[in-house]
Amino acid sequence: MKNLAILLTALVGLSFSFVGGGYEVGDTATDFQLKNIDGEMVSLSDFEDAKGFIVTFTCNHCPYAVMYEDRLIELHKTYAPMGYPVIAINPNDPAVQPEDSYEKMKVRASEKEFPFVYLFDEGQKIYPQYGATRTPHVFLLDAERTVMYIGAIDDSPRDVSAVSEKYLENAIMAIESGKNPEPSFTKAVGCSIKTKA
Amino acid sequence: MRLFILSVIFSLSSLTAFPQSWTLKDVDIYRSFDDFEHILDTQNDTTYLVNFWATWCAPCVKELPHFEEIQKLSKGKKLKVVLVSLDFERQFESRLIPFLNKNKIASDVVVLLDKKESTWIDKVDPEWSGAIPITLVYKGEKRNFYEKSFHSTDELKSILKPYLNI
Repeated sequence: MKNLAILLTALVGLSFSFVGGGYEVGDTATDFQLKNIDGEMVSLSDFEDAKGFIVTFTCNHCPYAVMYEDRLIELHKTYAPMGYPVIAINPNDPAVQPEDSYEKMKVRASEKEFPFVYLFDEGQKIYPQYGATRTPHVFLLDAERTVMYIGAIDDSPRDVSAVSEKYLENAIMAIESGKNPEPSFTKAVGCSIKTKA
Repeated sequence: MRLFILSVIFSLSSLTAFPQSWTLKDVDIYRSFDDFEHILDTQNDTTYLVNFWATWCAPCVKELPHFEEIQKLSKGKKLKVVLVSLDFERQFESRLIPFLNKNKIASDVVVLLDKKESTWIDKVDPEWSGAIPITLVYKGEKRNFYEKSFHSTDELKSILKPYLNI
């Protein structure tokens, strides 16, 4: 009977995690094989020396994503040498938002000289597994792909000069010193991910 | 006497549903969420249909006509449609106001400009991820929250049904 109760509890828990969708801090994130703007397929396992990954769902068209482009570039320049590369993924369906086509991704990446990979979630298989709901939406993983932090890059999308909390950088520093990031989950305004209804 | 006539004219003009032509003065701008919060919690017998949107948000712009349809149907009913814009300050004159005029928006429009979004997203609704569009319906303590796009006026009518006949 007790076992049944445990089983039921587990099932309820399972159904809730399906309803919520996506990862929570502590979950192990999936690897993937997605096409980069240079035509090469990229997986997290390709980064052999990585101590973690700044997986960022972002895109071309969303003004909130654009506001963070320069900050993402700086983050990559600072943290990739430390073992934490930015892995940018465009999750949008270009049939719904033509600005986010693979061709336009190449154009934007070259205009901004992205130093990081910019991958296309073709077929939209990956973002639902992560539970990304908006662009930009960051998932910080450790070397074992354990989700360490989910949310915003900092607390002031519209105004870099008004940033008072660098959530993502603080989370990386926490991992570096063997601690759990605090907070490990934040929210930010962004654009919904574009799918065919 | 002149004052009386003026005040009559003034009160008549404030009765019109929307400005004939939008200017920045017709839009309430809230720089802090605390000042804005009453929009989401006005306690009376009116049902409020509140939509968070922006001119830069394509799915938001697409669903706005359905909210405007509800606005038309709200006449004579205890129902108010409020459009909360998250447009950028530098685009008020160049983008927001022209958009309101071009689309002859008749609903109430306010702008929420509190830049520390991470501090107020949960106050709008704990379920909200931060992506727009979102829609809230409330009357008194009764409240529903939707993080989704609406594809028809009927779909909006159906979420209003528990609140009033429309």
